[in-house]
Amino acid sequence: MNDVRIKIAMQSGTTAGIAVAKNLEAAGRADKSAWPAKLGWSLAGWTIFVLAWHLVTLHNKISDIPTPMQTWAALAEILEQGVLWKNVVASVFRVAWGFAIAALVGIPLGILMGWYPLSRKLLNPVVQGLRPISPIAWLPIAVTLFGGSDWLIDASDKSAIFLIFLSSFFPIVTATTAAVATIERKFLRSAANFGVTGLDLFRRVILPAAMPQILTGLRLALGIAWVVVVAAEMLGVSSGLGFQVNDARNMLRNDWVTAAMVIIALIGLALDYGISSITSATLARRGVDQR
Amino acid sequence: MTASTKIFIRDVFKSFGTKKGDVHVLDGVNLDVREGEFLAIVGPSGCGKSTLLNCMAAFEHITRGSIQIDGVEVDEPTKKRVFVFQETGIFPWMSVWDNIGFGVDEPDFEKKHEHVMKYIHLVGLEGFEKSFPAELSGGMKQRVEFARALAVDPDVLYLDEPFGALDAFTRLEMRREIVRIWRETKKTVILVTHDVEEALELADRVAVMTRRPATIHSVIDNPMSRPRDCDTDDFRDRKHAIFKILGVERRV
Ligand SMILES: Nc1ncnc2c1ncn2[C@@H]1O[C@H](COP(=O)(O)OP(=O)(O)OP(=O)(O)O)[C@@H](O)[C@H]1O
Ligand SMILES: [Mg+2]
Repeated sequence: MNDVRIKIAMQSGTTAGIAVAKNLEAAGRADKSAWPAKLGWSLAGWTIFVLAWHLVTLHNKISDIPTPMQTWAALAEILEQGVLWKNVVASVFRVAWGFAIAALVGIPLGILMGWYPLSRKLLNPVVQGLRPISPIAWLPIAVTLFGGSDWLIDASDKSAIFLIFLSSFFPIVTATTAAVATIERKFLRSAANFGVTGLDLFRRVILPAAMPQILTGLRLALGIAWVVVVAAEMLGVSSGLGFQVNDARNMLRNDWVTAAMVIIALIGLALDYGISSITSATLARRGVDQR
Repeated sequence: MTASTKIFIRDVFKSFGTKKGDVHVLDGVNLDVREGEFLAIVGPSGCGKSTLLNCMAAFEHITRGSIQIDGVEVDEPTKKRVFVFQETGIFPWMSVWDNIGFGVDEPDFEKKHEHVMKYIHLVGLEGFEKSFPAELSGGMKQRVEFARALAVDPDVLYLDEPFGALDAFTRLEMRREIVRIWRETKKTVILVTHDVEEALELADRVAVMTRRPATIHSVIDNPMSRPRDCDTDDFRDRKHAIFKILGVERRV
């Protein structure tokens, strides 16, 4: 029964998820150098990047592509303006909701699809068919669905949260399905051999066996969610980092745009650092290093 | 079937349905395993040794024939007959303690702890009960797996090349260990291996399988006192007899 499951997982789109997960893991594992050396290399990389940026934008005005120095100055300005924190909070709030709902729906659904071949045959084509649709294309639908009601949270927030949900849901469901469908046969046989079935089997074997890939899926999903939230906020909302970028553009202040981009990058890195710390802490004792 | 027959295998056929059609693996296997004996099964790679063992453990279902244990047709996996996997089947997400206690149904923690610790001592892993498999050597992992199996006090142990992944030195040590445990606990042990010497060093009888589709060609009696000295003429004669059945040219 299990071979079939593995075969199906390999045929379906879930291979993409596994491949990505494996690459992430490999990229993390390969680098065993000590942290001062690592820091040195990243500083060197960034110096080269900023230098190149400086050279190509050498005599630009702020309405062109701003220089690193102009960006630095603008960063100080937008930090002083005070709206930045409000926008950061708005974006993080949307990501948190969308991501949490995606995890709450995606993980159980993925487990169902990974475990019962019939449910996978039925649902996986739909999931894989909807997955390539950019969440942004859903915006009109989202507005139609949620635009009317300000119940509990703001209507515009709801549409944005829905888009975040969509963007993180697919990686989570795909990774979880693949994880459960490819649980090593000997683990399931061991469980059967020792008479562990039902809820116990799920709690003691299926979930922990699938956990590394589920966590990688969550990490992937959070990264995508952060990318999408900025895009989603360029349309139809009046807060968030995407709005901040758009607003700066409307004022022809490209230096504020690049400054906001720096903030977006820093928060994205912080989110990834946070989730990968949780992931490595959970997996460290299994002999899986993630960073 | 005599009184001492533990496992009774008659005319067992097993084929796997694949995309390229049916693969016939077992082709009328007959074998009696005696209560409390140490039986080895040897055969060429891919002949169906693991398949036969999986069928005995009810991980796979036979296509035709009969496998009876204690007079009852095999149907579902059970704790009474535990399987030890080739590349250890212990759970990497559980500590040594949790792994060994995996199959132990004992609601009282104190009692369970005492029980688990007994098996930790049996396999010499004192002090490692909180370690995780990733922190153990290959030989230690294999000990955990043996302890996990023994902790549910099964009548039968199925060993599918349990020493295959170990280095020569650890393998020797583990062989000695498994013989000691077998003699202490009087379980029926069925060892699958492709190492003829290993089979003769450990087993009371050695069943030799043919190429796929496989049958049992013959069962060689291997009565030797223990601890065994494997540097005797008798031992070599039996080894050469088995090589001959397997069609192996022993000179390189
Ligand atoms: N689930 C399966 N589906 C299809 N064919 C299978 C399956 N399991 C085993 N086989 C085939 O059955 C044959 C016997 O396999 P088995 O694993 O029992 O061999 P083995 O004697 O244990 O070999 P080895 O010594 O290499 O472990 C092989 O040809 C294998 O390809
Ligand atoms: Mg095998």
